Parts: sequence; C-alpha cells; structure tokens
Amino acid sequence: MRWTNYARGGSARNAEQGSAGVPPAVARAPRPRSVGLTASTLILLSTLILSGAAPEKHFTVYSVAANYSLSLVQREGRDYVGLLEVLEPLGKVRSKSDGARWRLRYNNVEGDFEVGKSRARIQGLDTELGGRFLVENKRGLVPVSALSSILPRFLGGPVTLHEDSGRLFIGSVATHFTASLATDNSSRLVFNFTGPVNPTVATEPGKLRMTFSREPVVAPASSTLTFGSKAIQSASYSESNGTAVVTVNSTIPVIASFSNDGRTVTISPSSAAAAAAQNGTPAAAGTPAPSEPPAAANNAGPQVFRRYFAVIDASHGGEDHGETLSASLLEKDVTVALARSLRQELESRGITTLVLRDSDANLSLDQRAIFANADHAAIYVALHAASNGHGVRVYTALLPFGDDDRGPFRSWTLAQHGSLPLSRSTASAVAAELQKRQIPVRTLGASLRPLNNLTGAAIAVEVAPQGSELSQLTAPDYQQLITSAVATAIAATHDQLGAAP
Amino acid sequence: MIPRHLLIAMAVLLVAVLGLTFYALRMRRTAAATPLASTDTRPLAPPISGPTERITLFVAHDDDGSLRAQSALIPLPSGRQQRTEELLRALVSLYLDKSSPHVLGSGADVRSVFLVDPGVAIIDLNSAFADTHRSGVLVEELTVASLIHTISANTPGILKVKILVDGKERETLAGHADLSAFYDVTAINQLASQLQSAQ
Repeated sequence: MRWTNYARGGSARNAEQGSAGVPPAVARAPRPRSVGLTASTLILLSTLILSGAAPEKHFTVYSVAANYSLSLVQREGRDYVGLLEVLEPLGKVRSKSDGARWRLRYNNVEGDFEVGKSRARIQGLDTELGGRFLVENKRGLVPVSALSSILPRFLGGPVTLHEDSGRLFIGSVATHFTASLATDNSSRLVFNFTGPVNPTVATEPGKLRMTFSREPVVAPASSTLTFGSKAIQSASYSESNGTAVVTVNSTIPVIASFSNDGRTVTISPSSAAAAAAQNGTPAAAGTPAPSEPPAAANNAGPQVFRRYFAVIDASHGGEDHGETLSASLLEKDVTVALARSLRQELESRGITTLVLRDSDANLSLDQRAIFANADHAAIYVALHAASNGHGVRVYTALLPFGDDDRGPFRSWTLAQHGSLPLSRSTASAVAAELQKRQIPVRTLGASLRPLNNLTGAAIAVEVAPQGSELSQLTAPDYQQLITSAVATAIAATHDQLGAAP
Repeated sequence: MIPRHLLIAMAVLLVAVLGLTFYALRMRRTAAATPLASTDTRPLAPPISGPTERITLFVAHDDDGSLRAQSALIPLPSGRQQRTEELLRALVSLYLDKSSPHVLGSGADVRSVFLVDPGVAIIDLNSAFADTHRSGVLVEELTVASLIHTISANTPGILKVKILVDGKERETLAGHADLSAFYDVTAINQLASQLQSAQ
C-alpha cells in the first residue's frame, strides 16, 4: 500500500484520469466507408445524449484560503462529492487505498474509510456518513450531507453547509449585505456588502439579476425585501447550484454600478428610463428607449439619451496608486482633486458632469469605458498627474492605421475610431485654451486605455508642475487654472460635441 | 593539579576559538559590503561575434519629452533576430547609465526578441524592466516609442510589435502605457515624429 500525494490544484488527479481509457492498437485498418458511418453514428449518439443530459450540478466551497467550485455526481439517489477535491485546495492531502480500505491524511489528521460502509473513523472517532462510501478511480466519494460531520474533524474548525444549494462555508467567511433606497433619490437602491463582490449582472424585462458565483454572499434576515418605491419595488435572494442570486424587481429599466472597492452596488434607472421619466413618459421595465424624442422627431440619425454631457475620470484608485509623486503624494489622490475641480468648473458653465471616481475606489479600465459608453457622454476626460516634465500634456488615442471593425460590430480595442477626429479637435481646443493661460502644453497620441475603448470624444489630460515644485500639483489655484481652461474649451466646443451621435 | 599537557591543549583550543570568531566576523563584514551588482541574476550573454556596424538609436529625453536620433557603433551578429536583440540591448544599456537622459531601473534588460512573419516583432522584457520603470503617461510612452522606433528604423519590414514582460502579457508598462495589444508601427512612427519635433 502506497500513499499518493496531491498538490494544490490537483495535477495528480489529471494525470491519473489522463492515463485511463487508452484504446488498444488496432491490428487492421477499417474500410473508409465503415469508418465514416461509425463516426456519423457516434456524433449523432453523442449529440442526442448530450442534449438530453441533465445540467451539471456544482458545489462551491468558500474558505479563507480559496473559493472554488466542484462538480457533483449522482450515486444511489444522492449527491456525492470527491473528498480529496474538497480538501486539496486547503492543505496537504495524501490518500492510499488497499482493497476495500481507503485512507486519507490531511495535514496530520488521518481518516479511515471502507467501501460500501456508511461509517468512517476520523482521528480515531466514528463518524456517520449518511450514505455508503464509494471509491471510483481511486477517488473516495462521500455524500454531500456527510461533509458537515467529516470536515470539522479534518479541519479542526466549524463549517456551514447549505446542502440544497451546494454551498459550503469553512470558518467565518460569509459576506452579508443590506439593501436600502438612497436617501437623496428614492429611485436608487443601494446594496452594501461586508466584502468586495463582483457578480455577473443580467437584465430582463422587469428584473435585474446579480449572480454571485465566487463570493460567499449569504441571505439577509428575510429572503424578500420590499421598498416603498414605484421604480424599484422589491429584491429577493435565492441560492442554488453553488451560486447565490439577488434579483431586483423594477418597473423601469435599471443598471448596476459598483463603487467603494466593489463593496457597494447601486441600482439606478438607466439613462433611457431617466430620460423617459423627464419627458413624463413612463417606460416599461426592460423596454428599449423610445427611438424618437418628442422634440426631435424630424431629426435624422439615432437619438442619443445622455444623462451627463461630460464624464470625468479620475485615473487610478484603490490599490492602483498611479505614480508615487512623493513620499506623501500619490497620483490617484491628485487626480480626484483635479476631477472635483473640473466638475465644478464644467457645472458652473451649465455642463452636466459625472465624475467616475469620487473616492478611493478601484475601477477597472473596462468598467470606466463601459460607464462612459453606456451614458453616451459627449466628452470623456481622463485625468492624470506626473512629476516628469512641465505643464500639461493632452492625449488622444493612438490607434492603428486601417479599420479592423467587422461588419456591424465595432472592435472593442478600436471603439474610438469613429470619434478620433472629434477627440483631436477637442484636444486642440483644450491646448489652445491652456496656451492662452501661459501653461506649457503639448498634444500627443497615446496608447493609454481606456481612450481607445470609448465611442465618443475622449481625451486624457496629464498635469505636471510648471516648475520643479511637486507641491504645485496639490495647489488649488494651479488646479483651477488648468481645469478652468479645460472647461472653457469644452464649453466652446459644446455644440460640436453635442451634435456627435 | 591539572597536568601541563592539558593546560597547553586548552590554551591552543582557546586561541583557535578566538581566531575562528575573528575570521567569521570578518567574513560577515565582507559579505555585507559586497556590492549589489552581485544580486543581478541575469545570465551572461555570450560575446557577440560580427562586424561593427553603425546604427541609429532613437533615444528618449525626459527633460523636454523628446525622442532624438543618436548613432552608435556596435558589433552585430548576422541573424536578423539576433541583430534586433542586440540593437535593443544597446539602447537599454544606454538607459542604464545614471547620466542617461531617460534612466531605466537597475537590472532592466531585453530577454529576447522574436521576429514572426509576416512583419511581427515580439519584444520580451525582463520583469526588472517593468517593475522598476517610472510611472507616467509620457515617460512610459517615450520608452515604448524609443524601443519600437529603433527596431523599425533598423529592421525593415516590421509592421506590428507586441511587448511582453517575462514572457507574459501585462496590462501596462508601469500603470499607463498599454501593453495588452499589438503596437502598429506606422502609428508609432507618426508618434515618434511628433516626439522628435519637440526638440
């Protein structure tokens, strides 16, 4: 009898499975017609079997070490799971089988299992399995329900098993949440989570569904939450097949936005719904935005619903510090200050402005582009700060020559292609305005995401001190000098930008 | 009374202990004073064999944010791929000098360059190159433009360039310059002419 070691990640398992089922060498080559017939039959049978197969059941384990998902198998009318697969990501596991006996060692704890028996000895104590122990391909299978009694013995700590939904929580890892309507706007629903989350968001008429596959999100006190809002009426929690799902029921189309390092999810009306609400036309949940607004019925071209004319992006944030300008000054902090100043300058000129990052949150580059594109903002301005050089650099996207778009689809990496001339003219206007204020300025192309992913006019402004004093970057008068020039240029090109689809 | 030969043996052992202690302390001090260069784990490249040739390097200058042509005489091997590698190594070694107009971090190097037909070059930088690179839109752009424009000027036929770090894709060089996609050489050449006009 020999112990078999299993490293984290289960390479040993793959190796074992890979060696099984190798067909013996064929002594005589079959005739081509019969090969074709056999292949066709096999393909047909496989298709029929697969199409009729039950969906695979999943089991998700959440722990401090790792969150991972496993497949369940149906044996003897129960859900079974491989005990090795459950323990492998958590520590050092070894197993050995000897006839009907199967022994498992996790760290220093040893378990003794016997095929066909519903009891096992773990750490010298008898443990009820609630079903027969099985071995397949040297892998020990136990009923899922047995994990709540087996694992505390091996791990030396408590576990919480949600057997029906296939979710197992090892230790205190659960992420809780609250949901309430925003105090300033009753059509916004704010979810606050105790840990960062990144759910898959899907919408359908009257519903927005957030699916948590990897996050240990657990139910609130009540699985159905109701709100006193006509737009967002209720939210419900459910879990199944190794995932948790939060469904928001609304009467208008809604979108989800993330902030606070992924700990806050805000459900708000989409720009189309907001526009419809402003026009006094109630929009049905999930219905597309009206194609023709009352005032512009005769206008040719698609109607663009935008909540904000300008989207200001304070670059970096969270763990992405950007440039460390000095021991106490980070680029991410300077960009937020510049963004707030620019918003003030734009709003004082009557331009509706959204600041994408107004806190120390971390947004991915894709998220930034998605937010700006979803709003159809007329102008997107990314703000950067640098210690290198003097004055201001205004960038537009550096795109490859030629057009890689395929048919009606627009390539994500070349989304800026159609708006690049407008971006360049805006950059020139900003540069001219900065020059008027005696600020050294250059306009350049840059391979700087997410500029190339934006469908509307997009520029990036990198601010460096005029001299060698880095403290100038945090000086309100210097910041205002620059942001007022940028805002003046945007206001001057307002009609040109606004006319763009 | 202790026999005399035992006393002598004890004295010899004591002297040996003191001597070894002194030696160990001295060794420790010498190890601590060893220059950091010894931690540079880059493998030594074999000496380049080939005739010395005049090449044009496009050198970044941080003071005015420009790219300037600078000629250099370096021995170049005959293989196209090896030539491109040596070109970039010559450029990087220039940036490693503390008095360089665009200083790169210690240990920065080009691991290898692969020329893939038709017209694709893959530059594989080492992790020290990216990890120690200064952050900033312009400073990172100057590095990328300098590498690609130098290749393009000396190795005809390159249309697209991909930059890897330690053989892997990386989102940005140091937080700004996008490394996730292929660089279009024509676009970079146009940018390089913009950067050269800054002089």
